[in-house]
Amino acid sequence: MHGIMKPDRKIMIISTASVAGREEEAGPLGGSFDLTDTKDDSFGMKTWEKAESEMQRLALGLALSKASLTDDDVGALFAGDLLNQCVGSNYGLSGYKIPYFGLYGACSTAAEGIMLSALTCDAMPVRAAAVTSSHYCAAERQFRYPLEYGGQRTPTAQWTVTGSGAFIVSSVEEDAEKRRGTRVPVITEWLPGYVVDRGITDVNNMGAAMAPAAADTIKRYFDGGHSPEEFDMIVTGDLGHEGSDILCELLLSERIDISKVHTDCGKLIYDAAAQDKHAGGSGCGCSAVVMAGHILRNICDGVLNSILFIGTGALMSPLALNQGSSIPGIGHLLHIKGEVL
Amino acid sequence: MDNGTYKKYVETRAKKSPTLKNCLRAFLCGGAICTAAHALKSLYLCFGMPDETAGMLTSVTLIFAAVLLTGIGVFDKIAKHAGAGTLVPITGFANAVASSAIDAKTEGFVLGVGAKIFTIAGPVILYGISAGVIYGVIYYVCRML
Repeated sequence: MHGIMKPDRKIMIISTASVAGREEEAGPLGGSFDLTDTKDDSFGMKTWEKAESEMQRLALGLALSKASLTDDDVGALFAGDLLNQCVGSNYGLSGYKIPYFGLYGACSTAAEGIMLSALTCDAMPVRAAAVTSSHYCAAERQFRYPLEYGGQRTPTAQWTVTGSGAFIVSSVEEDAEKRRGTRVPVITEWLPGYVVDRGITDVNNMGAAMAPAAADTIKRYFDGGHSPEEFDMIVTGDLGHEGSDILCELLLSERIDISKVHTDCGKLIYDAAAQDKHAGGSGCGCSAVVMAGHILRNICDGVLNSILFIGTGALMSPLALNQGSSIPGIGHLLHIKGEVL
Repeated sequence: MDNGTYKKYVETRAKKSPTLKNCLRAFLCGGAICTAAHALKSLYLCFGMPDETAGMLTSVTLIFAAVLLTGIGVFDKIAKHAGAGTLVPITGFANAVASSAIDAKTEGFVLGVGAKIFTIAGPVILYGISAGVIYGVIYYVCRML
């Protein structure tokens, strides 16, 4: 079963916002983010965890204000991050009076949140918001080593992005009326991923843990009658350089060649030559800021027309890993098209 | 492709760390630290300190320098290039303790710093002492024979 879902209503992404840190601002997409903390990535907070919460609060606030919406105008809020108990989302969004659903999908959370927003909007004419974030300093503390620990990274290790992205998804007729004649990203299909575990145990090679899950979802999608040539871009988030190469090779062995149109949010966000980020970016904030700040904007501007976005997550738990388990991966697929309303 | 084949394929294609370059850097940096430590010890000996005290003071000075550099956010930048050169000498141990303490500061001095200061250094202390005890027992028994 392919499992591709098509909405009955028109599901529009009516507003996006991106908040990012210093390293992200210094990268190739630096100019695309709405707000950056170029001083110290603390966003005026005393702890890194609070800084991450603050990024989510700012991102959602910006997305709402861009669309001239208030809390009452949004029916559901799907949010997640990398931290234990999703504290980045729980605390950051506690001031909003919007029905809240916390998510954990590692780096796939942005795609998961947008997909659940789309599902909600397909069920009834409503607006839903998806917010995700990650903070390098908070994630390092939880998943790896203390920040000041003097260690070396392997070439396949990825760098957690400091950033938060917010998306407002809508199926409300009034929103379509307001945007009549303008180009808007519309979600036309989605395909939720399966949890795929190929036995990878190397925490410094998350791309290898996620690539089979992305390949599985993409293959199921193309088995449903599509081909890579139909798309301007197939963007994964975030396999990084290593995982992207593995994905293309895995799909090529299935006679699906996506190499001409494939890119990855983890590859786009940092300058591989100038910034020492090894295999590229990762984290819930990576695909969120790249999609919100760069790719969806390109769809609105007509640079891109039809894209596939596959949010990929390495569902890694340090505890389970220490107990001998491997790292499962997941890949959620969204088909987004630019449409003049 | 089964899981075993996939794992082998991933390991084969992954770009390896530059071992030779890393070894050379570790040798140079580690060597430089040890040479500086020896110069320090000679200096302490010049001040008329006994050999044992001079050795101990040298270790304390290195620990202080490593903790200071960790505190001002410089140690990890050096260690990124030096690798085992900064990790193997006593500087690596000092950094492991200090960095854990700095990180846990926001969680308080008891449940934060107190509970997490030896997160990285803990296994080294536990098994280092255990190995010392076992070695001591073996040495004692050998002497009895």
